[in-house]
Amino acid sequence: MGAEPATLDPALSTGVPEAIVELSCFEGLTRMDANNIPQPAIAESWTISDDGLVYTFKLRQAKWNNGEPVTAHDFEWSWKRALDPETAAEYAYQLYYIKNGEAYNTGAITDPDLVGVKALDDYTLQVTLEQPTTYFLQLCAFPTLMPVYRKVVEADPEAWFYNVNNYIGNGPFKIVRWEHNSKIDLVPNEHYWNRDAIKLTNLTFYLIEDTQTALSMFDTGELDMFDSPPATEIEGLKQRGVLLINDYLGTYYYMFNVTAEPLDDVRVRKALTMAIDRQELIDRVVRGGQLPAYAYVPFGMPGGTVGSDFREEGGDLYKEDLEEAKKLLAEAGYPDGKGFPTLAILYNTSENHKKIAEAIQEMWKKNLGIDVRLTNQEWQVYLDSRDALDYQVARAGWIGDYVDPMTFLDMWMTDSGNNDSGWGNPRFDELIVAARSNMDPAARAKQLHEAEKILIADEMVVMPIYFYTNLNVVQPWVRGVEFSPLGFINFVNAYVLER
Amino acid sequence: MGSYILKRLVSGVLVVLIVATATFMLMRSIPGGPFRREKALPAAIQRNIEARYKLNDPLWKQYLDYMKNMLRGDFGPSFKYIGRSVNSIIEDGFPVSAVLGGVTIIFSLVVGIPAGIISALNQNKWQDNLAMGIAIVGVSVPSFVMATLLMYVFAVKLRWFPAAMWGTPRHVVLPMLALSAFPTAFFARLMRSSTLDVLSQDYIRTARSKGLSWAAVVYKHVLKNSVLPIITYLGPQAAAILTGSFVVESIFAIPGLGRYYVTSIYNRDYTTIMGVTIFYCIILVALNLLVDIAYSWLDPRIKLTEAKE
Repeated sequence: MGAEPATLDPALSTGVPEAIVELSCFEGLTRMDANNIPQPAIAESWTISDDGLVYTFKLRQAKWNNGEPVTAHDFEWSWKRALDPETAAEYAYQLYYIKNGEAYNTGAITDPDLVGVKALDDYTLQVTLEQPTTYFLQLCAFPTLMPVYRKVVEADPEAWFYNVNNYIGNGPFKIVRWEHNSKIDLVPNEHYWNRDAIKLTNLTFYLIEDTQTALSMFDTGELDMFDSPPATEIEGLKQRGVLLINDYLGTYYYMFNVTAEPLDDVRVRKALTMAIDRQELIDRVVRGGQLPAYAYVPFGMPGGTVGSDFREEGGDLYKEDLEEAKKLLAEAGYPDGKGFPTLAILYNTSENHKKIAEAIQEMWKKNLGIDVRLTNQEWQVYLDSRDALDYQVARAGWIGDYVDPMTFLDMWMTDSGNNDSGWGNPRFDELIVAARSNMDPAARAKQLHEAEKILIADEMVVMPIYFYTNLNVVQPWVRGVEFSPLGFINFVNAYVLER
Repeated sequence: MGSYILKRLVSGVLVVLIVATATFMLMRSIPGGPFRREKALPAAIQRNIEARYKLNDPLWKQYLDYMKNMLRGDFGPSFKYIGRSVNSIIEDGFPVSAVLGGVTIIFSLVVGIPAGIISALNQNKWQDNLAMGIAIVGVSVPSFVMATLLMYVFAVKLRWFPAAMWGTPRHVVLPMLALSAFPTAFFARLMRSSTLDVLSQDYIRTARSKGLSWAAVVYKHVLKNSVLPIITYLGPQAAAILTGSFVVESIFAIPGLGRYYVTSIYNRDYTTIMGVTIFYCIILVALNLLVDIAYSWLDPRIKLTEAKE
C-alpha cells in the first residue's frame, strides 16, 4: 500500500494510502459506488432545498465498532472539529462549502455554532452551504467529512488513532494490529450496519514502498494486490492477465511560464504543444495504458446532462499538427527554430519524469529544430522554483480532489495558489465564479467548457501530455474490489475465490 | 584510565552538540518545509499548522527550544507522522535495525576473520584466490543489487525464504546476507593483510623455532595481533549497521530506523531529521570510545592514560 500512513485520523489525513485505510474503517454520510455515484451510507436518505443550499440527512441506526450508536451529533462535532483552527487540518477546505466553514477555520469568526451543520435530533442532520455545490454529496464520502468517536478523540486529540483499541470507527472493518512501517491488520466490524455484505474475513495492508519488492511478494503469493507496478514490468503483467487499468482523475502536463521569453508568445506555446507525439510517448516511454491528453480535464467527470462525460462532451481542444506548429513558430519569428533561445524543461528528480523529458526534448529538436536543456531538482526545490516562476517549462501533474471538472479548472484562476504559470484571464475567472454557484448542470457545464477552451485552445497555458491511469496488480482469485478514479479502493464488496 | 574516559565523554557531548547545531542550521537552509505541498494550502490553514508546530517562532527561539528539549532527551513531535514523537519512532525502529545489524556484524566477523586468516596462511594458493575473489565481489557489488538478487533467487525462484517483511527468524536471513556482503568481504581482506604482516614478524619465527605448532602460533600470537585493525574498523562500521540501512530496509520492507535517514529529509520532517542524526551521532561516539577501551585490553602497549589519538 505504500508508505507508513502519516496519520489515520480522517480529519487530518491527506494522502491516498491513508484514505484507503480510513474508507475501510469509517463511513461518511455517503459512500461512492463502483460507478462513482454517491450512495446512501450512514445517511439513509436526504432532501435538498430548492435553492440547493440546505441538505437534510436522515441517518440510519448505525453503530460504532464498540456497539454505541452513531448519531447526527457525532457528525456535527466531527465536522466542527475538522474546521477548528486548533486541529490544523490540511484538508479543512473540503468543508469550506459549508456556511461559515471557511470563516471559522480562518478565525474570522470564533463561534462554532455559526457553522452550517446542526443535529436536529439524534438521527437528523441539517447542513447549510455557502452556495449550491453540485458535488457536495460526493464530498460527504470523503475522509475529512467522516465522523470520529468523540470520547477517544477528546481524551487524546493528537494521537488517539495510534492505539488500535481507541481506533473506534463506524465502517466495514476495524484495525486489530498496526505494526509501524510494516503492516496493518483488519477484520470485519461486527457492528457495521451492512455487516452481511462483508465477505472478507481479514484484510492486511502491507506498508511497502518499493514496488519491485511488492511485485516479488505478489509472485511468491504473499501479497494479493498492489498498485503502481514498475514501468518495466507493466507489459509482462498485462500478458499474465493480472494488471487492471482503471480511470484515474489526473493529468500529466507541462506548464509554461507565460512571463518568460519566448513563452510569452502564445504562438510559441501552441507550436510546442502541437509538435509532440503523445501516443508514441505513451507506448515507448510511459507504458501504462495512459490516454493521450488533447485537453486538460480528464475523462470520468460529469458533463452537462445525466450520465454524460465532460471530456466526451468537450472533445479535443487542439490537434497534434507538425505543419501548423512550424508555421506558428515561423510567425513568432523563429522559422525552423532559427534564433530560438535554448529552452529549459524543469522537472522534479525521478527516473520517469526524466525519460519523458528526454523524449520531448528529442521531439522538439527533431520537429521544430529547437534546443532544449533538462534541469532536475529535488521535490521541494522544484516547488520553490515553480512558485517563484523561476522556470520556462515545468513538468507538473494534477490529481482531482473530487469528481467534478471544477477541481481541474478553478486552480487556474488568477489568484489561485496553484496557478504557477504567471497567467491570468478575467473572462476565465468570471466563468469559474459563475459556474461555482450555478445549479443548472447544462449551463454550468457550458461555462466550464468555455473556461477550459480559454485555458487550452486559446491561450495554451499548459501543454497536456497524458491522462493518468490507475494501475493495480491483482491476483485472479481476488474479486469485487472497487477502484475509485480518485485512487481510493473500496473493499466492502471484495471477496476471494476458493483456490 | 578513568579520567581518560571522562575526558572522552565530555568531548563526546560536545561533538553531539556541534552536530546537532550544524544539522539544525543546514536543515533550515534548504528550500521547502514540512508542510509544503504541491497543492497550495489556503494561507489560513498554513498559519494554523505553523502555529500548532511553533514554526512561526523566530528561528533562534526554535533552536533554543529544540536544544533545551533535546538535552532532556525529548526529540519532539514528528512533523510528518501526526501525533507521533520522534522518540517513539526511534524506540520502534532502532530495536529492529539493531537486531538485523547485530546478526550482520556477528556473521561478517565469523565468516570474514577465518576467511582472511585462511587466505593469509595459503597466500597465493587456490584458497587465497577463491576467498579474495569472492571478497572483491562482496566489496564491489552495491547492496541494492545484492538485495534484489538474493530476493529474486532465494524468495521468488527457490521459495526458501519470504521475499520481504519482518517478524520471524526466516525474515532475517536475506537482508542479513545483503547487508553483510560488504563488511564480511572487507573484514576478510583486512584480516588477510594484517595477518600477513604479523606472520613476517620476528617473534613468529621465534615461536616457530621454539617448536610450537602452526595452530598454536596462529591462535596465540597471530590472531591477537592481527585482529587490531578489525577492531578499529568495527566502531564506525557497527554504528552504521546497527542504526539501519536505507537501501536494504526499503527493499525488504523492514520497519527499522534506516529508512528515516533519507525519507525524513525528503519530507523536511525537521524533528525526525534532527532526532535520527543525533541518535546516530551518539551511537557512533559511544562505539568509538568502546573501541579505544577494547584496544587497551587487547594490546597492553596502548595505554589510555597517555595522550593518545
